[in-house]
Amino acid sequence: MKLRHLLYMCVAGATAVQPALAHRMWLLPSSYTLSGDDQWITVDGAVSNDLFFPNHVPLNYENVTVHTPEGEALSVEDGWVGALRTTFDVHLTEQGTYRIVEGGSAWMAFYEEDGERRRMRGSLEELQAAGFFENPTAQVFHSRRNVEAYVTLGAPSTDAFATTDEGLELRPITHPNDVYVGEEASFSFVMDGAPAEGLEVEIVEGNDRYRDDPGAVTVTTDADGVFSFTPEEAGRYWISTSVRGSGEFEGHEIGVGQSYVVTFEALAL
Amino acid sequence: MRAKLTITALGLLSGAAQAQSLDVGVELPSMNVAEYHRPYVAVWISHPDHTVAANLAVWYQLDDGPEGHGEDWLKDIRQWWRRTGRSLEMPVDGVSSATRAPGQYTLSFSSDDERLSALEAGSYVLHVEASREVGGREMVSIPFEWSEDGEAELSDTGSEELGEVRLSIHQ
Repeated sequence: MKLRHLLYMCVAGATAVQPALAHRMWLLPSSYTLSGDDQWITVDGAVSNDLFFPNHVPLNYENVTVHTPEGEALSVEDGWVGALRTTFDVHLTEQGTYRIVEGGSAWMAFYEEDGERRRMRGSLEELQAAGFFENPTAQVFHSRRNVEAYVTLGAPSTDAFATTDEGLELRPITHPNDVYVGEEASFSFVMDGAPAEGLEVEIVEGNDRYRDDPGAVTVTTDADGVFSFTPEEAGRYWISTSVRGSGEFEGHEIGVGQSYVVTFEALAL
Repeated sequence: MRAKLTITALGLLSGAAQAQSLDVGVELPSMNVAEYHRPYVAVWISHPDHTVAANLAVWYQLDDGPEGHGEDWLKDIRQWWRRTGRSLEMPVDGVSSATRAPGQYTLSFSSDDERLSALEAGSYVLHVEASREVGGREMVSIPFEWSEDGEAELSDTGSEELGEVRLSIHQ
């Protein structure tokens, strides 16, 4: 997929959509913070209603990539896709922070046929072959997502953070493996490399199965794309945000969207 | 946890500076538990803002055992790991040593010891943190003043994983 051809124009006029997703996507590593020289983690990936209990469908295993502290690609091992979750292992041998990401991309077209509104999911090639880009009654949407987790062996580092300046990316101010109860943590989002202002970011603590009120907190990024919060309890958290707007693909106006999820843990002091 | 100041005496104002001794007493309580493993323990001195001023001791499993490499579990001394452990190259000469059985231990450091040589006069906090496999974790922190000729006898007591922690500064 050559996304370079896709000119996102949604930054300035970005519509921050409330990420009121019925299902939540997540990657959950067995440990976020490790010591030693040679370690394994196992990672679960799922789309579920409860955090972090698999109860719907597994996350797509084929789309998982791991970036080492040096920023190199690393293969995952022991991958397995079950009915409710994906599981794989990652072998950590470099000191620093690893980025684990499930990145997906989907194309969809809404169109009219015989006076009825229809939609079609498919690959870019399939939508092109069906002529949707030239069809004035059709609207093509391209959506992308990144579901991430950061894991640190030894001291945290930042080289593994995505710096493609393409799409929605997380930038650490507080390192995601350096979040502590009672201490304010700050992260920022960039869209195509520029500060993503006005994003609504949803923060939910895990174990919501055991709470009447999931206790989701929504914060908004400032002009620098920064948002902050102070975890009150030690545990694992889920952060999600998304943008939607209009873009252009090879001269055709299309709808574009991107969602982003990261999990992390807040440690007790 | 409040440290109790039992004696503070500012020493002789005149005379040549002598080497001082900083003694840390650590008590590891006996546990009546089904599965007991000796705790990992870290002893360090921080500035009041938590930045680390001196690493005094880390007790952990130095050799590989049935549970794997001892260093794999250093992260469980979680405050020490965050503040300093994760940026150290383990083992650290003169700081790393083996785990210890329940009992009372005294670590003595002379002010000309290289571990203390970077301490300038000022306010500091002594931290003793213990973390036990399949057990609990506890940290005792004792604020103190360090000067060329200061003396102090301070102590505090943990509730589960640590017994009495003493800090003695004397000539």
